[in-house]
Amino acid sequence: MKKVYGSASEALDGLLHDGMLIAAGGFGLCGIPELLIDAIVESGVKDLTVASNNAGVDGFGLGKLLDTRQIKKMMSSYVGENAEFMRQYLSGELELEFNPQGTLAERMRSGGCGIPGFYTKTGVGTVIAEGKEHKEFDGETYILERGIFADVSIVKAWKADTTGNAIFRKTARNFNPPAAMCGKVCIMEVEEIVEPGELDGDHIHLPGIYVHRLIQGEHEKRIEQRTVRTREEA
Amino acid sequence: MPWDRNQMAERAAQELEDGMYVNLGIGIPTLVANYVGDKDITLQSENGMLGMGPFPFEGEEDPDLINAGKQTITELRRTSYFDSAQSFGMIRGGKIAAAILGAMEVSEKGDLANWMIPGKLVKGMGGAMDLVAGVGRVIVIMDHTNKHGDSKLLKECTLPLTGKGVVDRIITNLGVLDVTDGGLKVVELAPGVSQEDLVAATEAMIV
Repeated sequence: MKKVYGSASEALDGLLHDGMLIAAGGFGLCGIPELLIDAIVESGVKDLTVASNNAGVDGFGLGKLLDTRQIKKMMSSYVGENAEFMRQYLSGELELEFNPQGTLAERMRSGGCGIPGFYTKTGVGTVIAEGKEHKEFDGETYILERGIFADVSIVKAWKADTTGNAIFRKTARNFNPPAAMCGKVCIMEVEEIVEPGELDGDHIHLPGIYVHRLIQGEHEKRIEQRTVRTREEA
Repeated sequence: MPWDRNQMAERAAQELEDGMYVNLGIGIPTLVANYVGDKDITLQSENGMLGMGPFPFEGEEDPDLINAGKQTITELRRTSYFDSAQSFGMIRGGKIAAAILGAMEVSEKGDLANWMIPGKLVKGMGGAMDLVAGVGRVIVIMDHTNKHGDSKLLKECTLPLTGKGVVDRIITNLGVLDVTDGGLKVVELAPGVSQEDLVAATEAMIV
């Protein structure tokens, strides 16, 4: 089965519809699926719900989909690194569902594992727990959180072979594997596609079973907070 | 003299023991890393890294290598990487020995508020709720009073909570306090600060 597509637009063909749920990998601007986001902007699909830890910055990452008002709702743990997001949120144009970061990651992982819900201590006694089932296990209180089953996942890896076996680089792995797992269809963009056999099977971070469509492309990889030290400090 | 930011961080570093895996929050907690000395401490960054190194030299920044504050950092020889689900698996699973975090308010019952001020810009809780619910020990570093001089150690938190009954120890500019059954217990006073000074600056019950 052919997984490799020529472009992000081709890879998304037939998968997008208004009102759909998209899970996106990345943390801040690190390891985000830049090319697929651009192609979704071009597609004009709207009323999207996007599950992603963050919402990009003005004019980059998911910020581009906010600029074009294609997102109706975000499911995130930390947002507001862009002015347009806050403007839409404060004016009521954009819905926001806050999730604790680990709960969001586990909701994606669980969805991908066929687990519709799980209990966690995270958020007990806070606004996050309101309206959720509470249950005691061994004297401790937990709340029920639901698995996320996305229509489409968009993720970014460093290298993959043509069967979709993927390797991530450093902290650019972040939400990409759980996001990939929870999509009915997962599209992955990578910096380099190689032939089967070129990656060591023992070193695969995400097996190709989770990846349905694959593209290769150039990434800007913008840095959000450039922090350095001088040689004298060392 | 009450402790300054660096002295609070230095005092917090005394809480860390050889071999610990630790998560440091943003702000003063980040400074704790400067005072661990010879102790073998592994820093976790919840975006998916154990063994966080210092900031890179100029020109050596790697966009694929950042900390949870989205700052460029470096790796160490011991570094390992993993995805966000596994990262919070180790946090929720109690494998991280301690988290050192900043706070807006702490109650005498150990409730913590550090993520949201109603009516102000809300950016989100990030991983804070997961950390306080999961790690072995939660240590708060914060100023004892806010800029209006009001106590940040309260009978009840007024701000939305990050976690209920989660704080173990509080290090402020005035001293060190533990959360105990009846209220807060003074463990240590900063040099030149008397018990009376500390009590006068505290709304929470001191036992």
